[in-house]
Amino acid sequence: MNEEIKLYTISIYTENNIGLLNRVSAIFQRRHINIESLTTSQSEIDGVNRFVIVVNITESQAKRIVGQFEKQIEVIRAYYHTEEETIFTESCMFKIKSALLFEEPQIQNIIKDSNTRIVTVNKEFFVLEKSGRRNEIESLRRDLNVYGIMQFVRSGRIAVTKDEMKITEMLQAFNNQ
Amino acid sequence: MDTETENKTQGVASKTMRIKGCEAVVRSLIAEGVDILYGYPGGAIMPVYDELYKFQNEIHHVLTRHEQGAAHAAQGYARISGKVGVAMATSGPGATNLITGIADAQIDSTPVVCITGQVFSHLLGSDAFQETDIVGISTPVTKWNCQVTKASEIPGVIAKAFYIAKSGRPGPVLIDITKDAQQGELDYEYEPCKGVRSYVPIPKTNPDAVKAAADLINAAKKPMIVWGQGVILGKAEEELKAVIEKAGIPSAWTILGASAIPTSHPLNIGMVGMHGNYAPNKLTNECDVLIAIGMRFDDRVTGKLDVYAKQAKVIHFDIDPAEIDKNVKTDVAVIGDSKDSLAQLLPLLNVNTHESWLQEFKDLYAIEFEKVIKHDLTPTKEGLTMGEVLKQINIETKGNAAIVSDVGQHQMITCRYADFNITKSNITSGGLGTMGFALPAAIGAKMGAPDREVVAIIGDGGYQMNIQELGTIFQQKVPVKIVVLNNEFLGMVRQWQQLFFDKRYASTEMTNPDFVTIAKGYYIQGKRVTKREELADAVKEMIASEESYFLEVCVEKEDNVFPMVPTGASVSDVRLS
Ligand SMILES: Cc1ncc(C[n+]2csc(CCOP(=O)(O)OP(=O)(O)O)c2C)c(N)n1
Repeated sequence: MNEEIKLYTISIYTENNIGLLNRVSAIFQRRHINIESLTTSQSEIDGVNRFVIVVNITESQAKRIVGQFEKQIEVIRAYYHTEEETIFTESCMFKIKSALLFEEPQIQNIIKDSNTRIVTVNKEFFVLEKSGRRNEIESLRRDLNVYGIMQFVRSGRIAVTKDEMKITEMLQAFNNQ
Repeated sequence: MDTETENKTQGVASKTMRIKGCEAVVRSLIAEGVDILYGYPGGAIMPVYDELYKFQNEIHHVLTRHEQGAAHAAQGYARISGKVGVAMATSGPGATNLITGIADAQIDSTPVVCITGQVFSHLLGSDAFQETDIVGISTPVTKWNCQVTKASEIPGVIAKAFYIAKSGRPGPVLIDITKDAQQGELDYEYEPCKGVRSYVPIPKTNPDAVKAAADLINAAKKPMIVWGQGVILGKAEEELKAVIEKAGIPSAWTILGASAIPTSHPLNIGMVGMHGNYAPNKLTNECDVLIAIGMRFDDRVTGKLDVYAKQAKVIHFDIDPAEIDKNVKTDVAVIGDSKDSLAQLLPLLNVNTHESWLQEFKDLYAIEFEKVIKHDLTPTKEGLTMGEVLKQINIETKGNAAIVSDVGQHQMITCRYADFNITKSNITSGGLGTMGFALPAAIGAKMGAPDREVVAIIGDGGYQMNIQELGTIFQQKVPVKIVVLNNEFLGMVRQWQQLFFDKRYASTEMTNPDFVTIAKGYYIQGKRVTKREELADAVKEMIASEESYFLEVCVEKEDNVFPMVPTGASVSDVRLS
């Protein structure tokens, strides 16, 4: 009965609360689950935060861990989804020496072919930004690495789900109690 | 102080007063119905203590001798009364000393509110004197916690704390209040908390799930119930009894479920778990439907999980959705309040007796009686057994006492042999197994139910972990009865060393002081019993005493507790010797 381990996206809707990140990360830590990425931001509802956490686990682990999140007082709702059930993206930035732009004409082709955006250019360096799937970002990094990258950074995954989560309805139901 | 003003807003009279945060803390506690709390003062909480002094006719502060004692006393109070226990401490070491009690309350679902003082908010993060990140430290062991840095937040946060601590599956809450919040002023008005939008304390019982449960139970040939503390916390004792009696289901309990149904009830088949009874452990792996009610399939209950009740359909009643399928895969989950769920179940059940199935339990009981119980309760060897002390206590209290036990062999013996006629009578540290729990918890229990006889049963090891609370018993004149079962060993660990480490008794032998003299030093009357002939009279004298009483019973040094399901073994492999 060995269950398949795969990437799950856990979405947690929470009240804005200072201590919550601590509670959330402790739940992973206690169970020795590595967080692949974690992003937190404002959600579609005013005053409600949303965590998007990607973990590599089995479905029954995902189910149990979501139960643990929902148990936290300030968690409004938590869900888990497979990759197929979400639309997701990551973004990344590169800082590269400006001189290379002229010395290595191939760089311009890489930028164009990969739909990468130039954020800024100055005498010393230029900055590129790209959003996309992990493999696109990785291949871009490999291509540019040949010429030398001064700085590289990649964000965690952000994702929206294909199905509805009905948080607003839930909060309204509370207000109407 | 005449700061009371009447504000009229939109025709509704609302009473607000301009007071300091520290006074708001005390007034909020009083507004929550708190008339007793346990604690220990220090710099960062002194403004609140100053208010406790002023309000001493309305709220009684019990000075324990250690903050751990305060936390356990609050637990004992909560466990016996069903009300919220309150503990208070200063910042830094005061706050960290509460942690064991908080962790204990978390794992045993005990409603406790802890209030700690904190350094001035402008000093937070500066490693100030007695600054410690108690909110960070307590996060994994609290149901909710919160730091307050403004006086105006105090009443709202306290209201929320009490609501969260006692609603749904209860648990501990910690509020950390900076000194400037205590000293600042606010317009005080108390509004009890009626709900938190991100928190559903009691999920609504789904009638379809109840129906599915009833169908399984009605079709069962060998149903067995295991109930836990959820029955007591949900005040569902009557409902459980009605269910058991109507469907004729043999019913066992976890350590924290003890006393919900009287020990003498014919369908009460005893305790499950590592040192539970033979029959319910063995027959867990024979039943066809296992009905778990307000329990969480702790590993000490299940033994080896992949051979636990595999043949049975499992029905799990619980208030906490996170417990469903956490350890044992269920066939039917009934999520909701135990009282409500069981009340819905009752009319759907067929009347039954399951006589031949019940007989199987009786037959195994007879084996356990021959091999274990007889020797524990009516020993023929010279040394005293823990079991015969319990038997004597049962005789003198007629099974009506609340028994507070510590952790170890004596705890298992207590839970196995104490007679419980009244619910909420088994107060012990189940999930955390905290040695040192019993003495302070007994103080809280006696103060939470002054009309009840409260007997603490403690090992010589655990007694010395919070022995300082004798001072609290003396100062507060708390008439608890303290029994120390002295085997001059950390008995339970010694038992494991004997069974699994070839009798290598590493650091488990104890050279003990004269316990009776120590009790007398605190002006508590005491007696030591070393012979069987002295036992009955000594227990009688103790129970008859109007005041606190200390009884040391020197028991056999190397007795073992059986039955036993060794760690990692199946419940079917429960050993009798
Ligand atoms: C705070 C704490 N430390 C250590 C333990 C491990 N432990 C469990 S039972 C036990 C022995 C208890 O000895 P004693 O209090 O004399 O009781 P007995 O088993 O002899 O009845 C120990 C050390 C514990 N449960 N709690």
